[in-house]
Amino acid sequence: MDIVDRRLNPRGKSLANRQRFLRRARRHIQDAVRDAARGRGVADVAEGENISIPMDDLREPSFHHAGEGGVRDHVLPGNKQFVKGDKVPRPPSGGGGGGSQGSPDGGGEDEFRFVLSKDEFLDIFLEDLELPDLAKKAVKQTEFPAYARAGYSVTGSPASLSLVRTLRHSLSRRQALRRPSLSELEDLEARLAEAKAGDDAELVISLEAEHAKLLARRKRIPFIDPYDLRYKRFEPVPKPIAQAVMFCLMDVSGSMTESMKDLAKRFFMLLHLFLTRRYKHVEVVFIRHTHEAQEVDEQTFFYSTETGGTVVSTALEEMKRVIAKRYPPGSWNIYAAQASDGDNSSDDNGRAVTLLDQVLLPLSQYFAYIEVGSEDKDWTAPDTELWNAYKVLRKPGANMAMRKVRRRADIFPVFRDLFSRDRQAA
Amino acid sequence: MNIPALTPATMRATPEMLVSGPDWDFDRLRRVHDAIEKIAVGQFGLDVYANQIEVITAEQMLDAYSSIGMPLMYKHWSFGKQFAQNEVMYRKGYRGLAYEIVINSSPCISYVMEENSMAMQTLVIAHAAFGHNHFFKNNQLFRQWTDADSILGYLDFAKSYIAKCEERHGHKAVERVLDAAHALMSHGVHRYPRKRLLDLRQEEKRERERQQYQESIYNDIWRTVPGMADAPLPPDEAARRKTRLRLPEENLLYFLEKVAPRLQPWQREILRIVRHLAQYFYPQQQTKVMNEGCATFVHYKTVEQLYDSGQLSEGAMLEILDSHTAVVRQLDFDHPHYSGINPYWLGFGMMSDIMRIATEPTDEDRAWFPAIAGNGDPWGTLRNVWRDYRDESFVLQFLSPHLMRKMKLFRLHDDADERELTVNAIHDERGYREVREALARSYDVGLQEPDIQIVDVDLAGDRRLVLHHRQRAGIPLEAEDARRVLRHIANLWGYPVRLVEVDAGNDRVTREYEDIEPRDPFV
Repeated sequence: MDIVDRRLNPRGKSLANRQRFLRRARRHIQDAVRDAARGRGVADVAEGENISIPMDDLREPSFHHAGEGGVRDHVLPGNKQFVKGDKVPRPPSGGGGGGSQGSPDGGGEDEFRFVLSKDEFLDIFLEDLELPDLAKKAVKQTEFPAYARAGYSVTGSPASLSLVRTLRHSLSRRQALRRPSLSELEDLEARLAEAKAGDDAELVISLEAEHAKLLARRKRIPFIDPYDLRYKRFEPVPKPIAQAVMFCLMDVSGSMTESMKDLAKRFFMLLHLFLTRRYKHVEVVFIRHTHEAQEVDEQTFFYSTETGGTVVSTALEEMKRVIAKRYPPGSWNIYAAQASDGDNSSDDNGRAVTLLDQVLLPLSQYFAYIEVGSEDKDWTAPDTELWNAYKVLRKPGANMAMRKVRRRADIFPVFRDLFSRDRQAA
Repeated sequence: MNIPALTPATMRATPEMLVSGPDWDFDRLRRVHDAIEKIAVGQFGLDVYANQIEVITAEQMLDAYSSIGMPLMYKHWSFGKQFAQNEVMYRKGYRGLAYEIVINSSPCISYVMEENSMAMQTLVIAHAAFGHNHFFKNNQLFRQWTDADSILGYLDFAKSYIAKCEERHGHKAVERVLDAAHALMSHGVHRYPRKRLLDLRQEEKRERERQQYQESIYNDIWRTVPGMADAPLPPDEAARRKTRLRLPEENLLYFLEKVAPRLQPWQREILRIVRHLAQYFYPQQQTKVMNEGCATFVHYKTVEQLYDSGQLSEGAMLEILDSHTAVVRQLDFDHPHYSGINPYWLGFGMMSDIMRIATEPTDEDRAWFPAIAGNGDPWGTLRNVWRDYRDESFVLQFLSPHLMRKMKLFRLHDDADERELTVNAIHDERGYREVREALARSYDVGLQEPDIQIVDVDLAGDRRLVLHHRQRAGIPLEAEDARRVLRHIANLWGYPVRLVEVDAGNDRVTREYEDIEPRDPFV
């Protein structure tokens, strides 16, 4: 009989099967992920998710009997009052009279529930946005503490054994304990042979005694002792941790439709994701505005509507106020994303641009403006006033990007600016 | 008042006490295994493959679940789907994990979970490593259809072969073949050993014998009896074609593998792999009740012995009994959670009953089971039963009136044309045989699986493949799934496929499916 301990076998044996399964259900999973992302907070986009998808492509058909029709006999246990000849009303649905023959996993076949891990969720979420692989890698980069060489230690893994150090220690120990060296031994043996040839019995005896002593001493004092071992030591070096704050500015006046808000939300999610991968600590500030602006929580930000005109500069003022109050630029990296449908009252444009140019852009790492529109909007329509106003800020090297977004897939190009090495104004 | 002195478990602990606390270690597992072996082989006379017990974690158990319990398996999305399903059920606590999985191989591999307590490990070793193991090694179905020595080697080959195919032909192509093969898995087994084609010499010999026989029975008087003018049968093209293709054929995978005109060699090999797997699992489907019954009965009797000889503490025994009763629990048919007859319950009940009949029979038992009643050799009787029967014949032969009364079995007749169901037999003198027969039939895979055969191929014309479903008792196929499977067949075959449902009683066609054209066939 053998007992084998398999607990330490590599895990994730069925990972390959799972990948095949996800690939198979890709389309449905994408839909499910899209729905899930809509229902999520900006900051928790990167969690795992319990999703359910329709069984369509996942059905494994086989020839089997239908549940109804024909003549069947069922044998059942636990008879209480029946005698031969009793009639029993047919149970209401399916089951063919076999009592309750409901499928053991309850719900039935049309929905399939399972859990996506965080990475899988993110993968599909990002794929939907059509991020190129490079960007994905940057976003998904997990933070490993860097290891740096830090001297030597007496313990460690064989792979990090330092031979030079170990032998140096061995050498000094051998010298200190006067371990006979190989040349000493050979020398003695030569003399012994000479003595034997010279027939000097006394000398031979004394030399032999000495020879035995040397051998014993060599044996007692090993060439390498565990005491000599030295390993290269590595120390985890914490990466510099910075903190960032992300401002989400959005026009919530009546002209912004739900789908526009959804586009904006996706952009905010992506930005947040990016920042959390770059910075250890990210705070999010939501500022909504109509003709006046206020800082709100996320729920209010996305889901409540306000009425009123549209004055963009109020939001910028509010942002400036919050920065001054809570986020000194010396210790915070400031990112801002503004979403709007491009409406602004015309006398405000100048103020907004000045505010951005003079105050906010110098303070921020990056300022992104996305103009959301509905998919069917006419592409040839003239640029909006706000767009025209902001255009003057687009100059090479400026830390500002602006984009028009109609579809989800448009969101990424804004991001490319953010990821590109030498940031060019879009 | 006389209060019996209670002996704490620790005081009962003697040096031979094997199982007392919850913790287990490898040394104790080994000793328990040896103690059980002494009982199972020495006293019960079981004959087992060498055991290999593997300790795994819960996660690995989930892994094993999703590869149909085999230690190695090729990759396919359906296993991933199963894993996802099991994982959700397990994480939410809807379902516990099995305590063990046992594989019909030589050596016999049993997986035990590290979370099990020592008492559970004892139970599991007795159950899997001896009960199931004995059954695998001795039952005639397993002996006839599976080769325990080579299954792991074969799986290894299958896994690497399919991986290689994926590398060479791409995931998608391989996945499609596997999907199609899996859909036909239930109709990819040989139910009987196949007839060998005769070679020329044998045919000659047979012809000679036939002539000799004719001569020996020749009697001139028959010539004078007026009869029908015997018209020679016209050589039937269709009949010849069928003989040449060896139709009808019920092993669909086999037929497609051998005959499908457009498949690549590697695609045939994949069909073959899936077919071999189906064949390997075929005996297990037919012996669920017996296999589990055998294992449960063996573990029950073994721990009884262990306890009686003081090797098992009371606490451990209670724990074992607790899970034993959970395993053999049977709900009544009107219970909201009733989900069919529990094979553990039926198997264990019947085997205990056989032991009772062999040792202390009643007059009724003597009348019903003259061959075994009171023969005084319960283990010998059981060993024979385990060797020679499958579920269907086992129930038909050994379900006793005593047990039917105890289980209160009754038969419900369900005719789709009637408004109500009829109770047409119960556990009484008039009904025993009927109930027993009906129960036995419900374990006959031949009746549970639809009878589907390939009956014709129009080789000269459009190469359409014709399948018949021979309906028993008017039970139709589930149409939507049938169409999906037909699509898979059409893809493998490369030409249209038609399914016809035929009443097995009178050969009348009851339903014709439309021709299914291959969509994007394999080439």
